[in-house]
Amino acid sequence: MYGKLSGWDDTIAALATPQGIGAIGVIRVSGSLAVDIVDGLFPSKSLAAQPSHTLHVGFIKHNGTVLDEVVIALFKAPRSYTGEDVVEISCHGSPYVQQQVMQALLNSGARPAKPGEFTMRAFLNGKVDLAQAEAVADLIASNTEASRKTALMNIRGGFSHILKDIREQLLTFSALIELELDFAQEDVEFADRAKLFELLYTAQQKVQKLLLSFKLGNVIKNGVQVAIIGKPNAGKSTLLNTLLNEDRAIVSDIAGTTRDTIEEVLNIKGILFRLIDTAGIRQHSTDVIETLGIEKSLEKMRNADIVVYLFDVGTTSTAELTAAADDFAKQNIRFLLVGNKADTGYPGQLPGDADDRALLPTENIIYISAKENGNIEALKEELFNTAVQEQSLSQETLVTNTRHIAALEKVLASLAEIIDGLQAKLPGDLLALDIKTCLHFLGEITGEVTNEQQLDYIFSKFCIGK
Amino acid sequence: MFPEYDVIVVGAGHAGCEAAAAAANMGSKVLLITMNMQTIAQMSCNPAMGGIAKGQIVREIDAIGGYSGIVTDRTMIQFRMLNKSKGPAMWSPRAQSDRMLFAITWRELLEQTTNVDFYQDMVQGLLIKNNRAYGVITGLGHHIHAKAVVVTSGTFLNGIIHIGEKQFGGGRAAEKAATGITEQLTTFGFESDRLKTGTPPRVDGRSLDYSKMDEQKGDDEITGFSYTNTSKLHSSKQRSCFITYTSQKVHETLKTGFSRSPMYAGRIEGVGPRYCPSIEDKINRFADRDRHQLFIEPEGFTTVEIYVNGFSTSLPEDVQYNALKQVPGFENVRMFRPGYAIEYDYFPPTQLTHSLETKLVSNLFFAGQVNGTTGYEEAACQGLMAGINAHLKITGNEPFILKRNEAYIGVLIDDLISKGTDEPYRMFTSRAEYRTLLRQDNADLRLTAMSNKIGLASQERMLNLQTKIDGVHQVKNLLSTVSAEPAEINDYLTTINSAAINEKQKLSKLLLRPDIDIFSLTNGVPAIQHQLQSFSTEILQQAEIQIKYERYIEKEQEIAHRISALDEQLIPTNFNYDKINALSNEALQKFKKIQPRTLGQAGRISGVNPSDIQILMVYMGR
Repeated sequence: MYGKLSGWDDTIAALATPQGIGAIGVIRVSGSLAVDIVDGLFPSKSLAAQPSHTLHVGFIKHNGTVLDEVVIALFKAPRSYTGEDVVEISCHGSPYVQQQVMQALLNSGARPAKPGEFTMRAFLNGKVDLAQAEAVADLIASNTEASRKTALMNIRGGFSHILKDIREQLLTFSALIELELDFAQEDVEFADRAKLFELLYTAQQKVQKLLLSFKLGNVIKNGVQVAIIGKPNAGKSTLLNTLLNEDRAIVSDIAGTTRDTIEEVLNIKGILFRLIDTAGIRQHSTDVIETLGIEKSLEKMRNADIVVYLFDVGTTSTAELTAAADDFAKQNIRFLLVGNKADTGYPGQLPGDADDRALLPTENIIYISAKENGNIEALKEELFNTAVQEQSLSQETLVTNTRHIAALEKVLASLAEIIDGLQAKLPGDLLALDIKTCLHFLGEITGEVTNEQQLDYIFSKFCIGK
Repeated sequence: MFPEYDVIVVGAGHAGCEAAAAAANMGSKVLLITMNMQTIAQMSCNPAMGGIAKGQIVREIDAIGGYSGIVTDRTMIQFRMLNKSKGPAMWSPRAQSDRMLFAITWRELLEQTTNVDFYQDMVQGLLIKNNRAYGVITGLGHHIHAKAVVVTSGTFLNGIIHIGEKQFGGGRAAEKAATGITEQLTTFGFESDRLKTGTPPRVDGRSLDYSKMDEQKGDDEITGFSYTNTSKLHSSKQRSCFITYTSQKVHETLKTGFSRSPMYAGRIEGVGPRYCPSIEDKINRFADRDRHQLFIEPEGFTTVEIYVNGFSTSLPEDVQYNALKQVPGFENVRMFRPGYAIEYDYFPPTQLTHSLETKLVSNLFFAGQVNGTTGYEEAACQGLMAGINAHLKITGNEPFILKRNEAYIGVLIDDLISKGTDEPYRMFTSRAEYRTLLRQDNADLRLTAMSNKIGLASQERMLNLQTKIDGVHQVKNLLSTVSAEPAEINDYLTTINSAAINEKQKLSKLLLRPDIDIFSLTNGVPAIQHQLQSFSTEILQQAEIQIKYERYIEKEQEIAHRISALDEQLIPTNFNYDKINALSNEALQKFKKIQPRTLGQAGRISGVNPSDIQILMVYMGR
């Protein structure tokens, strides 16, 4: 019965909250028959007669059986998420109840939504553009306040606006160049080169700023990888447990207890930190190998954003620390030196004399007691500062999408080519080609240049229910 | 009195002549009907062919096997390659032609073309049955039958000429307008509209003082337009053009006639070209400019008639005359004839398919100004394509359609069909997305083989093409294998202020330097000259362009490749756009009207947003 296109005018339904037991579950229904279908299951009143954006309490009844008492949110087209009639049914959290309600909806003429189909419809109905649609995917996946805020901002289109701005300016630029080319023999006035330069520099700055924001955006979206490394029995697992306030890693006094890498997440002021405790260094049981442990861990943790080098203040020499710090610096790794067991007799300072300590590359050694929960807040504060660094969390626009970044990097590169060309007095037609390339990459983000793979990619990232 | 023809061409301007020649050369029996046998291939406006973007079109016409390039080469009085300081995509050949010689040469060529018959009469209607054209009805009452009809009516359909407050019917100065076709086609459901164009006064060259103007000479080297071995003008025989300027005083004088101007009095309904404005338009729109450039162009080798390029006007004659007299060098000017504006019917070209056949009536083709274009070159290339496609249609073959990345002609026709036009359409290089690929130097490489395949481009052209391809290949090979030793080349590099080399370097690498071109390289370095001396200038230059601009050509090809994916995605015929309620209303209306063939074409329709295309794409993909 359904032709090639008819998949888009029917009514879809799906559970919009995560599967599993929660206090409530929301089932979303969208399509021209959404109101009718739910009306048939909701005897309390006629939803069709109710105004948009209203809530209604009542029972869902199917085949004479009351399935659940629910709250129904009504959004009529076009003022809804998808742009179609949308009904959201908040039922109780039991998977069984949700299943029953879904079944009732399907029996009444809805069909299960495919992943991303709600957002796809929103896009098809002009409610969101591509970048916004992608932000929806980010929002769904967000698990901290900061990443939620960023995703929401992008849904509202803030990021697209900046790019559209740049695009428009570049188009103006390119129009001026084209004018020069096509009317070279006629007496038209040509573009002011200085102004063109200015335009390019401004665009360059904006793109650079967006690119910079990616670092922070990425931190907010994906979290910060923190590797805790140190010699056996420095207290890595204890620290992990203390930070997480729970007994996740197995802790004992026997060095080398931790055999696998353990990853846990920690939320500090809205930023997600992924803490990685490294396995013990006992794969080979000779002392020599153990001393090489730091290096091995380093290798493993090369992908970490921040390395916490944990050492036992009672047994670590300044020379050792200096060597480790040098190593980190050489490999361009951001690190924190954290002295553990500060409760065992060396509070707030290192062993050895003052001259030795002066050799240390950083003054900022944090002394904690993982076991006694001593000074842990300071460590958290330091982790946060290191992650966010010079960037401000209140920055207006954040780029969080790697696809966008890849395109932005190409935009930046082509901007540089245009500037180079302008400086080298490249003929206008060749300059125009560089501008065209730049516009092309900008379009890849905002969707001005369309290609199907891009759409497929974007919509494939969605879960059912959005 | 008349046999049944294969193709009847209505009108013998640049479009009609090319259409007749192409169809006939492919084997159709052609009748060319014109209202006046004396004005075949008239240059109604300025006596010049080519220019930026237009020169590329003439080269393309020639590469396909049209005559415009050959006629121009044979009749030019001056040649210039414009834009030599820019990249090769901008190099644009332009020639001043001898107006009378141009028309005579075209007529001679047509007369020498087997299969072309001529008839002088006015076509007043088309023979149409079951929405298919099968001939024409003339003013003298003849019904002439043909399998296909190409209408190239130029400015003649219900043409009205305006000079100041005077207005009268006419298709061109001193020629009658044509009537009947618009009225008839409207009853078949065709939409028609009005456009306007204009032309400047012609003056007596003996009355001008050239010492007050700047001389503009032709190039020392004349490369011309045709890829055939057409003999070219000797550069020493060229006539010069001159440049002078209007002034505030000229503008003030012109303004005294504004109250009697047909434009400002609202007597002209048609829309004029923004890009080729009348002098009164320029004064109005660019009020801050205190002068405008005028090109003083001779109309031929021997005639004293002069064309005042840049002074197109429909103001009253006395105002034209008084204003001209204020122009430096024109103090004693005598006018041959005044400038005028002309309004005429055109059929918005969205009513055509890419073969230039009308959607409403099959076997009926439109080409030239009747499609809303302006310019000889734009008209000629449409005529060529309409002639080709008329022949292909009646012989049961697939149409010959050029893509946007293959030719300016492809850009022009796709623009017309997809976007339509509400002002006279003129080609610009900026209309082409793939400008770097569509150069005047490679039109033969792009098009001649394609044209040969459909039976138009001659064997002679194919031989020339092969010689060029082989030569370029050899030269490129040489340049990329032969190295220059510092000892043999550093003297030359020093003379042109280019950095000397320390170790031997491939010639192709040296050629990448902006200050080195292949000719100075060969002249400067005898060892290299020896290797390359057997190759023609054209071949050397082609090899140089391919090496020097490779990066840009590749870049553009890459973009072309990315974008052209959309042009490969066909939209099913009779696609039901109404089902997609997400489309913007404007997009919906345009899609239904234009029925784009591909997603790419859909995207180029004006008023269609990227989101409309994304939506279409999603629907089609599922």
